[in-house]
Amino acid sequence: MAEAKPADAHGADGETRRDFIFIAAGSVAAVGAAATAWPFVDQMNPAADTRALAITEVDLSAIEVGQQIKAIWQGKPVFVRHRTPAEIASAQRDDYASLKDPEKDADRIKQADGEPGKAEWLILQANCTHLGCVPLPSFDPAYKGQFGGWFCPCHGSDFDTSGRIRGGPAPINLRVAPFVYLNDTTIRIG
Amino acid sequence: MSGHSTYEPKSGFTRWLDKRLPIVRLTHDSFVAYPTPRNLNYWWTFGAILSLCLIVQIVTGIVLAMHYVPHIDHAFDSVQRIKRDVPYGWLIQPIHAVGASMFFLAVYIHMFRGLYYGSYKAPREVLWILGCLIYALMVATGFLGYTLPWGQMSFWGATVITSILGAIPFVGEPIQTWIAGGAAIDQPTLNRFFSLHYLLPFVIAGVVVLHIWALHEVGQNNPAGVEVKSKADTVPFTPHATMKDLFATSIFLILFAVFVFYMPDALGHADNYIRANPVQTPPEIVPEWYLLPFYAILRAFDFNIGPIDSRTAGVIAMFASIGVLFVLPWLDTSSVRSMRYRPAARQFFLIFVVVSCVLGWCGGQSPSVVLAKSGNYSGAVRWAEGGQLIEQPIVATSEAEYPAASRAAVSAMRERTEILLASRNGPTGGMVRATVGGTPRSIEVRADTREELDEKINEAKRSAFGGGAPFILVDHNIPFEFTVTRLSQLMTAYYFFFFLVLLPLLGLIEKPNRVPDTIAKPVTGQAQGAS
Amino acid sequence: MLRALTIAAIAAAAAVGVAFAASEAEHPEDYRFSFDSPLGGYDMGAVQRGFQVYSQVCSNCHALEHLAYRHLGEEGGPFAAYLVRNHETGAEEMTTTKPEHGGRFVEVTDNPYVRAIAEAATITDIDGTSGQPTDRPGRISDYFRRPFPNAIAARASNGGALPPDLSVIVSARHGGADYVRSLMMGYTGETSGAQHVNRYFPGEKISMAPPLVDNAVSYADGSPTTVAQYATDVATFLQWAADPHMEQRKRTGVIVLAFLLVLSALLYLAYKQVWRGESH
Repeated sequence: MAEAKPADAHGADGETRRDFIFIAAGSVAAVGAAATAWPFVDQMNPAADTRALAITEVDLSAIEVGQQIKAIWQGKPVFVRHRTPAEIASAQRDDYASLKDPEKDADRIKQADGEPGKAEWLILQANCTHLGCVPLPSFDPAYKGQFGGWFCPCHGSDFDTSGRIRGGPAPINLRVAPFVYLNDTTIRIG
Repeated sequence: MSGHSTYEPKSGFTRWLDKRLPIVRLTHDSFVAYPTPRNLNYWWTFGAILSLCLIVQIVTGIVLAMHYVPHIDHAFDSVQRIKRDVPYGWLIQPIHAVGASMFFLAVYIHMFRGLYYGSYKAPREVLWILGCLIYALMVATGFLGYTLPWGQMSFWGATVITSILGAIPFVGEPIQTWIAGGAAIDQPTLNRFFSLHYLLPFVIAGVVVLHIWALHEVGQNNPAGVEVKSKADTVPFTPHATMKDLFATSIFLILFAVFVFYMPDALGHADNYIRANPVQTPPEIVPEWYLLPFYAILRAFDFNIGPIDSRTAGVIAMFASIGVLFVLPWLDTSSVRSMRYRPAARQFFLIFVVVSCVLGWCGGQSPSVVLAKSGNYSGAVRWAEGGQLIEQPIVATSEAEYPAASRAAVSAMRERTEILLASRNGPTGGMVRATVGGTPRSIEVRADTREELDEKINEAKRSAFGGGAPFILVDHNIPFEFTVTRLSQLMTAYYFFFFLVLLPLLGLIEKPNRVPDTIAKPVTGQAQGAS
Repeated sequence: MLRALTIAAIAAAAAVGVAFAASEAEHPEDYRFSFDSPLGGYDMGAVQRGFQVYSQVCSNCHALEHLAYRHLGEEGGPFAAYLVRNHETGAEEMTTTKPEHGGRFVEVTDNPYVRAIAEAATITDIDGTSGQPTDRPGRISDYFRRPFPNAIAARASNGGALPPDLSVIVSARHGGADYVRSLMMGYTGETSGAQHVNRYFPGEKISMAPPLVDNAVSYADGSPTTVAQYATDVATFLQWAADPHMEQRKRTGVIVLAFLLVLSALLYLAYKQVWRGESH
């Protein structure tokens, strides 16, 4: 195809050949541009050091009944709640209440590997499923809320003692953080 | 060249847009229909290559700024984190670092091209000056950016360059403190250098727009240096020049990629992998390769010129070496643009290119390195074995009298022996020590370097003292040494001689070859034997 | 003019090379490392052994402050793990040798080798309840344990000399891995005051006592336990530590260069096509 035909170089044959070269060059250049763009997009994804911080261990022994702590997992807060028997009973009773996002309490204490959890420990991602604020504990009389769980100060979402949405704009329940028991008093999140 | 527009909107939308924002028309007139001299060679593709370099540096730079931390405790670590942990950081960081070198490589070729083909001559003076301004901004940006990794070269480079500003008479030191934000290069310096390093590329982009605007106003120069006379002299920018630029850019990218992927550190300096240490200067400090010629000019001045001390002279010369480019359009008196038709000027130009490269080489060398010498280094150690030690005091009536008194005492002693040593121990007093009656001994040494000579003489001294000599005489014979500094001085002299003497004079006295009447003539007329 | 300028450019490039090569006492011995060639990767066995030498010898004085334990198990790292199906048993087996083809990379968070290395290290941290400094086993996200808490402590324990960080030491020294290897083998056995004579160290007097002796580190893979072998292995490890993405970079380079050659050829044809019939 490198051979030129002097007589009809500008004729139909020449046209075809010219188009082919231009299309080929253009396509290759376009592929190159697209491939070049990817590293510049991907660089904004979490870096390797950020990804490696994906595991947090929590010592449960220091959390008394009726208390909660906020652990940090991947830079976000996680509620680790030591529920009272009354709260557990309330959560299990409400399995059959009218729920916006129906879910059994037993499913919300499960470990990440599918093993059953312990009813007194509720491990929840602490960001409201509406727009990401951290809800306040409504089992503390200092704060609002009608269901004894959490109440979000931003837009008034109200969660029960299982972290299920019971009122307000949040569409779904507080998410359960993926955790496993390493032993009786330690969990690993992530 | 900004004649009537040939753009005709084809669709309803483009007609609508053209009446409101004629951006498609502008693009069409500037980069499609724009008439380009048909005889442009590959040296003219570096404008496009430089545009690409600027875009690459801005894009990679913005990415790096997302991950870099401009803090003296974290800057070095954050660069390492970019190279190790950030997705594709191992690729983007070297592109930016190598990109700076590629940018300068391209700009130097672009500038030499302008010099050779007289692209700075009327009516392109403003175009040329804008180009010089871009170059100056590039130097500033490159310097600021080199500080950011906060390695040893970053820190000491910044220290040296800000000290250069300190050499400005009267206002130098306040300016130096103002630039650094303190008495030394420190956190405030790093923070503002980061800010300015982010700002300047956009200033460059702005001046590039002016540069292109000026270019399109006066039209491109060409290898013949003859103005475009008719449409026959030109081809449309697209596809003719565009395609050639794209091809050349692609070739340039191959060179770029070879460095990025296979020699990412070859153009840098090992010491910049050592964290900045304000209490220890590295054994050799050099700027990046693209600033070495100016660094050589800075260091060439190891002597005071009248009231101007050597440091100030070097600084003035360094700034003048860039400043002279700005006035070049008025230094060159020749009416012929292209050196293709100026045989004498062409020879001097080629020498100038070599001189520039040699200056770059000098800038990377230790200034005291001896390149050539007039003979061997030799020396002699003389002493007397045995004999009797005589000590004769020198007494002068006043301090001014001492040299005469010393000379008299020495010549008196010389009548008795050659092995004598005069030493002064006060404003008016001294001592001549001599050995009389002993056996004169001497050791002669030869060496290839000054260090070797010193070593051999010390060895000879030890053996003399071991032989019990109370004192010894040492003669050094140092040949004339042609050092890197001397070479830099010669090259600096030619650099300025070329601009300030040769270009003004040559235009007046040289006999240029016949310049073709039109661009098209030598191009199309080759078959008819025209030259 | 083209030719003259090209020659000038080559001369300039050569000059720059000379400039950067200068200032060394004795030039390091040129050893043929696997990573020297444009396509050469790391000898991962050597990197693994070099890590062992670093851990057992160098790490007593020298930090690797830019390396975390997880880096060892990331793709291109010496302890990157792969799941490979055993054709006889059909079971998946884990290996740190990169298989020729197939094999599934094990995310570093699930890498048992790296986890074991990290947990064997003692990391000083702040206790979550008391707020006091405390020791705990390492995690993969921890950076390598530092031998000294700060530079002052490092100097105090080393007779005033500061053992340099080794993360980027091969990049920070002229001669790179050759220099590191030569330095390990360059001791003459003489001393000069508190310092030791080493032919390859600038000034030839180094504060570091000869760190390696034959049989000091025992290798599991049967490699010779000589100073020369240790030096080569630790230099290979430190080259990896300084440039962990080198293999990926070189591989990408091949693709990019091949692409650019094809693109250049096509653009050249297009350029010729456009200028066909135009005199210039």
